[in-house]
Amino acid sequence: MWAWLHRQGSPKRFYNWSGTLARWAGWGSLLLGVAGLYYALFASPPDYQQGESVRIMYVHVPAAWLSMFIYMNIAAASLVSLVWRIKVADMFAAASAPIGAWFTFLALATGSLWGKPMWGTWWIWDARLTSELILLFLYLGYIGLLAAIEERETAARAAAVLALVGVVNIPIIHYSVEWWSTLHQGATVTKFDKPSIDWTMLRPLLLMAFSATLFYVAVALRLARTELLRRERESQWVRELIDGRQGGGRR
Amino acid sequence: MNTPSLAHAWFALLRRDVMLALRQRGQLANPLLFFVLVVALFPLGMNPDPALLRNIAPGVIWVGALLAAMLALESMFRSDFDDGALEQMLLTPYPLPLLVLAKVAAHWLVTGLPLLLVAPLLALLLNLEGEAMVILLASLALGTPLLSLIGAIGVALTVGLRRGGVLLSLLVLPLYVPVLIFAAGAVGNAQAGMAVTGQLAFLGALLALAVALAPLATAAALRISLD
Amino acid sequence: MSDFLHMGGYAIYVWASYLLGLLVVAVNLWQPWRAEREVWRQLTRRRKHEERMRESETS
Repeated sequence: MWAWLHRQGSPKRFYNWSGTLARWAGWGSLLLGVAGLYYALFASPPDYQQGESVRIMYVHVPAAWLSMFIYMNIAAASLVSLVWRIKVADMFAAASAPIGAWFTFLALATGSLWGKPMWGTWWIWDARLTSELILLFLYLGYIGLLAAIEERETAARAAAVLALVGVVNIPIIHYSVEWWSTLHQGATVTKFDKPSIDWTMLRPLLLMAFSATLFYVAVALRLARTELLRRERESQWVRELIDGRQGGGRR
Repeated sequence: MNTPSLAHAWFALLRRDVMLALRQRGQLANPLLFFVLVVALFPLGMNPDPALLRNIAPGVIWVGALLAAMLALESMFRSDFDDGALEQMLLTPYPLPLLVLAKVAAHWLVTGLPLLLVAPLLALLLNLEGEAMVILLASLALGTPLLSLIGAIGVALTVGLRRGGVLLSLLVLPLYVPVLIFAAGAVGNAQAGMAVTGQLAFLGALLALAVALAPLATAAALRISLD
Repeated sequence: MSDFLHMGGYAIYVWASYLLGLLVVAVNLWQPWRAEREVWRQLTRRRKHEERMRESETS
């Protein structure tokens, strides 16, 4: 089992299976996304309190979910790359970071757009938005460190340490922010979480969240594959790949 | 040649770092002066109403301390990196995380402890008095070592970079958020006459956690940076 | 239809959110596409260069 997994992490193997996986994830994401958008915009009821503005949720919640999911993925991939020295893992982590930053930004922007009609202001220091803002800073720090170190392998390992430090801190940050926000404004701003959500609203939410997750998988794999080609350009299998591509004519 | 014991080496390193820092008074005074100036600027930037100042005092003093501590971070490994002493440290038979802990402790003694000493003065400027001042000192005593420990990780990651300053603040400031929240929260609670044991206990727990984990991460980061 | 676009008075907020979402998706589609094109261009150039070097050596 371990040996098999380790073999799949070899650059050439990874290149082969990740292409297929990325394609499937991409099409799956499109399919679920179209269905999700249909339910989100047409076939779900307006909220009894928030009216039609509840439809922002179908963008906001998947983005927020993805922003955290991607950070966890970066941390997991970092651990794998530090412990088992699997190079592919740190390429995947590096490829994930910009996507995570984009979706964190999306979660913040849509949160703000949702907040304006609900709370009457563009920004409120609510626990979730604040945590999301700090998460954005964590992403930017990670990307900044990755970009600042010239040597690719060193950069990847340094960033991996930072990701692990970050992941230990995230629960602490989250807890402290939660504590701080309840101290200062009480439990007034809990419009976001409902005790139970109706199936008609849960359906588009789940579809959109799955679609977003698959979208991330597809994009991260494609970015990681590109980085892999760049780093392995001297190896025999990449040369063969180029020759095969030229022989077969450019697509 | 037989190697001295670990405890001996640890204290030797601590002493060496403190002595070296004490020789450069200017570098020592800079963060301190910065701390005083930042806090002094706040009343000038707004209405110096005593009630208002008392209200914002915990946050202002703590943000000032945080920035001053961050400013001082860069010097932690800098000179040792430049003259190669850091590489020698990696080659010694002693466990690197413990040596890192000695360096962080020395750094805190010369940069964190002075913040504690001037804090009462700044508290007076902002009308923070009585029990709140005691709690401020307690929160600084627990919080500034935390800042040094967490900061050390960031410094170790960026020590090889020529222009790591801005990046360092980007790496370290998000991680400082819990310290700021609990420490300033404790002082604020003390002013309002509410219980502060919760926040202080939390700071203490974070400090214990950081003492155990941060040197490990710092040592790993140093090995990568010096690779 | 206009009812749908109106979104019960929340049109700006709702449509701005979906537009931003679309924008983020578009950027993340464009990024790997550009990177792939760039890397293939580099790789084929290097390969051609190598072959030319080999030919000039043998002749």
